Amino acid sequence: MSVSNEDYAAMTNRAAPPSPLALDCLKAFLVGGSVCCFAQGVTEALVLLRLSREDAKLLAMMTLIVLTAILTAAGVFDRLAKHAGAGLAVPITGFANSVVSPALEFKSEGYILGTAAQMFSIAGPVIVFGCSSASLYGLIYFFLAGRR
Amino acid sequence: MATRLGKRTLQLETRPRILASAGVAGKREAQGPLGSRFDRIFDDTTLGEVSWEKAESKLLLSAAQSALNKAKLQPSDVQAAFAGDLQSQCTSAVFGLRSLGIPYCGIFGACSTMAEGLLLAALAIESGGFSVTMAATSSHFCTAERQFRHPLEYGGQRTPTAQWTVTGAGAALLARQADAGAPYIDKVQLGTMVDLGVKDAGNMGAAMAPAAKKTIADFLHDTGTTPADYDLILTGDLGEVGSTLLCELMQREEGIDLSQKQRDCGLLIFDREKQDVHAGGSGCGCSASVLCADICRALREDTLQSVLFVATGALMSAVSSKQGESIPGIAHAVLLKKGEPQ
Repeated sequence: MSVSNEDYAAMTNRAAPPSPLALDCLKAFLVGGSVCCFAQGVTEALVLLRLSREDAKLLAMMTLIVLTAILTAAGVFDRLAKHAGAGLAVPITGFANSVVSPALEFKSEGYILGTAAQMFSIAGPVIVFGCSSASLYGLIYFFLAGRR
Repeated sequence: MATRLGKRTLQLETRPRILASAGVAGKREAQGPLGSRFDRIFDDTTLGEVSWEKAESKLLLSAAQSALNKAKLQPSDVQAAFAGDLQSQCTSAVFGLRSLGIPYCGIFGACSTMAEGLLLAALAIESGGFSVTMAATSSHFCTAERQFRHPLEYGGQRTPTAQWTVTGAGAALLARQADAGAPYIDKVQLGTMVDLGVKDAGNMGAAMAPAAKKTIADFLHDTGTTPADYDLILTGDLGEVGSTLLCELMQREEGIDLSQKQRDCGLLIFDREKQDVHAGGSGCGCSASVLCADICRALREDTLQSVLFVATGALMSAVSSKQGESIPGIAHAVLLKKGEPQ
């Protein structure tokens, strides 16, 4: 008796072990929360140092980006992210890692055709769709609210 | 001259001998259950090279040179090399072997490359025009990640069905004449592509299992044998998920119980309990290094008498996956036997 594609898809689903969803969610929640608390802590510390809240927020984000870049280059970030999942992917740390990791990886093809050309190979779509949706939202805002 | 048995299997008349074989591996593979069996181990993943591609080329060259040393042959004694790897345009095979000056035939069979190479090398001997040929292949975790998945330092999560690309290489030298203890290739079967619509590149075991089932079932049918006639039916590299599916398909479609005799290179090379490799090993270097370092040695040591080697390949490319194509699987079979033919 020969197995159809549909039968085989069902067999494959049965044979494939599921991801530990509850544990993954818990780890993502704890790590993601910790990243946010850390950033908030940096912001508050900078405000105490008499920076404006706006500047403090910007500097906190830059701190996360620089830390991620260092951890990525040191080969530590991917080991943490393997456990943390969305906890490190959703904050700006995920974006920073997705730019730094291809930049490092493709260095062997040179700084122009490798590092520079490949740097946005993962983050590119995020930038494209981020900018597109921001422009669209801006247009809608302009016509509905901005002209008043 | 080879004779055809049934529909797809070839009985080789010259029974080409495996003069020598060598399997080399990286650090993680050396920490696995077969660590002591490899001919050479490289603790440094870069192998002292400036790029991962150069590192993999060096792995392949090292396997080829180890096999040549064992056989006490010079590269100029080898009349053809059938070699390939996972990288675009067979980068490692080309750059690994370019310094040896051996007539070269590049092949791509994804993880089935070792069986494909052995089959072609054996048929070349069978043709009468070649007296010494080579089959070789390699894979490297870092080159495969970069070509098919993400940059190494990218922080992503792997699914439980994903397999770990082996950093390793294997090379085998085939000859018409060899010492009495040399294993020989008795029968071969060129595989047929089978595609049951699996699109998940993170579950290649599932994509390849139907092809393995077809090749093994055809082989048993053509030769009128059962799994009990072999010491080992060695697949590579279906991993845990693919091995389960292969046994289930074989039971459902053919009513044959394969579980007692089937072992998978992807499960032999790593200890899944202790090593973080999810569903097991994969890559051309997986079945190549297991076969060339461990199995060929066991055939020489008399611990195995007959091994049906069925290496499996997932024939997708980085482009086909993105374009939504399903993954065609393939499996080639090579029957290896111990010592002198009757």
